Amino acid sequence: MKSVEEIKAAIVAAVPGAGVEVVPNSSVSGQHSLRIDHAHAAEVATFLRDDAELELDFLSNVTGVDWLDKEIAEKVKVTRQVVKPVEGGEPGQTQTVDESVEETRKHVVPGYLEVVYHLYSMAKKQGPVIVRMRTGNRTDQVEMPSLTPVWRSAEFQEREIFDLYGVVFKGHPDLRRILMWDEFKDHPMRRDYVDPDDYEYEPTAHDEVLLRTKEHKSREQGLGEREQAASGATASGGGQ
Amino acid sequence: MAVDEGLKIELGKQGVFVTSLQELYNWGRKSSVWPMQFGLACCAIEMIATTMARYDMARFGAEIFRPSPRQADMMIISGTVTKKMAPQVVRLYNQMAEPKYVIAMGACAISGGPFKQGYNVLKGIDRYIPVDVHIPGCPPRPEALLQALMTLQEKIGGQHLTGEDRPRFLDAAQQGEFPVPTQGEHDLEPTSNKGVWPVPLVVK
Repeated sequence: MKSVEEIKAAIVAAVPGAGVEVVPNSSVSGQHSLRIDHAHAAEVATFLRDDAELELDFLSNVTGVDWLDKEIAEKVKVTRQVVKPVEGGEPGQTQTVDESVEETRKHVVPGYLEVVYHLYSMAKKQGPVIVRMRTGNRTDQVEMPSLTPVWRSAEFQEREIFDLYGVVFKGHPDLRRILMWDEFKDHPMRRDYVDPDDYEYEPTAHDEVLLRTKEHKSREQGLGEREQAASGATASGGGQ
Repeated sequence: MAVDEGLKIELGKQGVFVTSLQELYNWGRKSSVWPMQFGLACCAIEMIATTMARYDMARFGAEIFRPSPRQADMMIISGTVTKKMAPQVVRLYNQMAEPKYVIAMGACAISGGPFKQGYNVLKGIDRYIPVDVHIPGCPPRPEALLQALMTLQEKIGGQHLTGEDRPRFLDAAQQGEFPVPTQGEHDLEPTSNKGVWPVPLVVK
């Protein structure tokens, strides 16, 4: 089977202007993947499916990945001009000297949602070819072209990713929640998801559950005190 | 009106059969408990095995699984109750005719089990409907389900038809229908029915 670089070259040759990028995988498996752009996604997918050499007719799996915003602290050497007294000179005499200082700079790499498609060929008995797409960010640019028109088997899996990660697939024939109920607002597989506070009864709490149980208890007590204070105020008000 | 046991046996020897209405009524109820035919997860497989020839639930008069809640007496909560499924389970329970009983089968049904900390799993069906018998296990073996059925039969057999401790269905003042939780934006609302399930105290 063709290597990832060869497939990339084939895509670029077949679909002019397609943005394809190899995402290397440094692990032992070495399953490098191809990241494709949104504008040419449908064309690229159709090419991968219909190309005589690849014939990737089987989409086995669609996966969502959530990449949070990452804060990266870098140590950078910066030269600064520092005013110093001249050594061995008269008191009060100064000179400007270049001094290299280490500075830590922080910058935030914005997060995004990623969807990974695993493609195989039943006809050629080869695969997988891994195709990725990324959204602009995790909040308002979460749209992505759907590949359901190309591989029908993507339908339910894209619905699941829409449900659990909140990726909106443009061109999907029936984009509804598939596991959670329709009124549900959250996306439970996102890494910053906080599950609902139903920790009122935890007979064998430990670790994280113990923390959540304590939080719940303190909140409940706080509520109770507030209610008591409120009822006390009305009672005294009635007395006057 | 309890009949003296010794007298009853003595009369029996003479060919006289004596009983009370309560005993007869309870015997009738406990000897033909019709379960509802529905399964929620892997525990349902054990439930099916229990009904088959090897374990033969028919010996206890509970072999007729009814596909309609209107005809069933007993609900076996056989498996994980997800938050999406919980309102439907409560609704089905409401649709059953009194007297009705609930067996919560397996770790998931009684507490959420291995999936307890999941965002989508109800931490025990007893938060919404009254449960008669809890069976621990993951999944419980068919023997455990039979044990639960026998426990339920014992419970039915010991019920008084009159007085303060009479069962719910004979007490007009008792709650007949249980509120079905709604599916909210983040969780079920309310998260439990405090009338059925007052939050137990954890004693350390």
